Amino acid sequence: MTALTDDTLPVTPRAMRDEMIVFVVMALLLASVPFTGVYPFFVMQALCFALLACAFNLLIGYGGLLSFGHAMFLGTAGYCSAHALKVWALPPELGILVGIAAAFVLSIITGYISIRRQGIYFSMITLALSQLLYFIYLQAPFTHGEDGIQGIPQGYMFGVLDLSKPTVLYYVVLVGFLAGFLLIYRIINSPFGEVLKAIRENEPRAISLGYRTDQYKFLAFVLSGTLAGFAGALKVFVAQNASLTDVHWSMSGEVVLMTLVGGLGTIFGPVVGAFVIIAMQQYLAGFGQWVTVIQGAIFVICVLTFRRGVIGEIAHYFRRSL
Amino acid sequence: MQALYAQLLVGLINGSFYALLSLGLAVIFGMLNIINFAHGALYMMGAFVAYFLLNLGGISYWWALLLAPVIVGIFGMILERTMLQWLTGLDHLYGLLLTFGIALIVQGVFQNYFGSSGLPYAIPDQLKGGMNLGFMFLPIYRGWVVIFSLVVCIATWFLIEKTRLGAYLRAATENPTLVRAFGINVPRMITLTYGLGVGLAALAGVLSAPINQVRPLMGADLIIVVFAVVVIGGMGSIMGSIITGFALGVIEGLTKYFYPEASNTVVFVLMVLVLLVKPTGLTGKAA
Repeated sequence: MTALTDDTLPVTPRAMRDEMIVFVVMALLLASVPFTGVYPFFVMQALCFALLACAFNLLIGYGGLLSFGHAMFLGTAGYCSAHALKVWALPPELGILVGIAAAFVLSIITGYISIRRQGIYFSMITLALSQLLYFIYLQAPFTHGEDGIQGIPQGYMFGVLDLSKPTVLYYVVLVGFLAGFLLIYRIINSPFGEVLKAIRENEPRAISLGYRTDQYKFLAFVLSGTLAGFAGALKVFVAQNASLTDVHWSMSGEVVLMTLVGGLGTIFGPVVGAFVIIAMQQYLAGFGQWVTVIQGAIFVICVLTFRRGVIGEIAHYFRRSL
Repeated sequence: MQALYAQLLVGLINGSFYALLSLGLAVIFGMLNIINFAHGALYMMGAFVAYFLLNLGGISYWWALLLAPVIVGIFGMILERTMLQWLTGLDHLYGLLLTFGIALIVQGVFQNYFGSSGLPYAIPDQLKGGMNLGFMFLPIYRGWVVIFSLVVCIATWFLIEKTRLGAYLRAATENPTLVRAFGINVPRMITLTYGLGVGLAALAGVLSAPINQVRPLMGADLIIVVFAVVVIGGMGSIMGSIITGFALGVIEGLTKYFYPEASNTVVFVLMVLVLLVKPTGLTGKAA
């Protein structure tokens, strides 16, 4: 299996410093959004998808596993959080925890099944599993089928933060995103992340060195699925609904597209990709199905000519890892 | 009992589409090392080409059965020449992503012009009506679809396993460099193989047009089921794909009769069970 990213640079103190500078700049830019007059709803939505794409990227970019079913974690966490908030009337922080726990359990089950096959089969299995869940949610009573769960109360986070105020909600989502992002960054640079990269580059060699590669891949899958669930739980507060679109295969495809545009296996790429794709959907909303055609065209162009993605190209130009 | 037989027949028909599509996927994967995500979109194109031939050109179903696979096959070969061939040597995943993009483009374009509703396609006069078999009433067209698909599947199996051309094909799958050294034009064979696989998908599309109506998204959900079929059966054997395809169709039909709520999910559940018991699939070797 050839590597997905052709140039892996060693992690040096300088690279770490560069990454931290970019991170701080990103955090400051995002923190200043409410003062700029940019529509906060758009940025919040993009942040949720950015976290989802980062979680997805943990699996493909560092583990070499292309999941074509990440929408199932987004949707499952969304439904469970929404149900907990609306029907059980739990406070927001517990609602988020319910969603994360649901995604955690789901990723253990689906990971156990899908890690049994490699490469292309893994992608097909994850896609089929998410389609299975789609049909289950279509029929299950608690999801309200085609209508979805609507009118979800936003409530008071920790009893004090009024999430119905857009600015407060924005900073809660931002803190959630940054926490998730830093966690992923930490995982990538941990000894566990290094082993994962070794498996991606040359699995037989990693096995011969004594690593139980299946266990590493399984753990990466569970981490990725759980973090994707966190994104799904946050998204519930932004969209105030949970619907079937979040579990549909086209959503899984969009996550793949975001990561591909930003750069597979780059740290900041999925964030950039998510903003690009969400912005494109906003501006082209009036063009109906042409949005799908354009997304397809971006897929084709990226695969044929632009495999490093936006951040990957920049990193390649400056010979840095970003 | 009537309802049971009717569902069994529906199952056999779906099974023949699964078989035709997974057969094409397996043939393409063997030569190009690509999982053709666009297979569902090309199946849909087959049905639309038949629709256009009838409504714009007045060309009958019988000619469409021949022309639609050829036209869509040529379209597929153009895709292979202009795009897919550049992926040689790259990770398999890029092939999946590229063909997913192609599927989005094709489906999106058709959705723009035809919306999401179905267009009717009449059953040809010669196949209208039905037969009373004593234990059930058999609509002739449905019986025709099952038998014709079976013949096409077996013909494809014969072509690949028993003819000289098939031998070249199998050899090129094993070791393309060596086969090239014997003076065989392997890139052209790859293009033709893609055309063949795509043609089979388009043929399935034409067959399904009178049964399922012609819709832009008719292939989108089907291809995911076919992926599950491929995971269950493995892509190593042609006969394996055919048998798995028909068998899963029948199981799905039986589920529709005994427990209709699970009819959408039964193939996926079976995939999970097979993965738990025999992770390499029923006929496949380790991936």
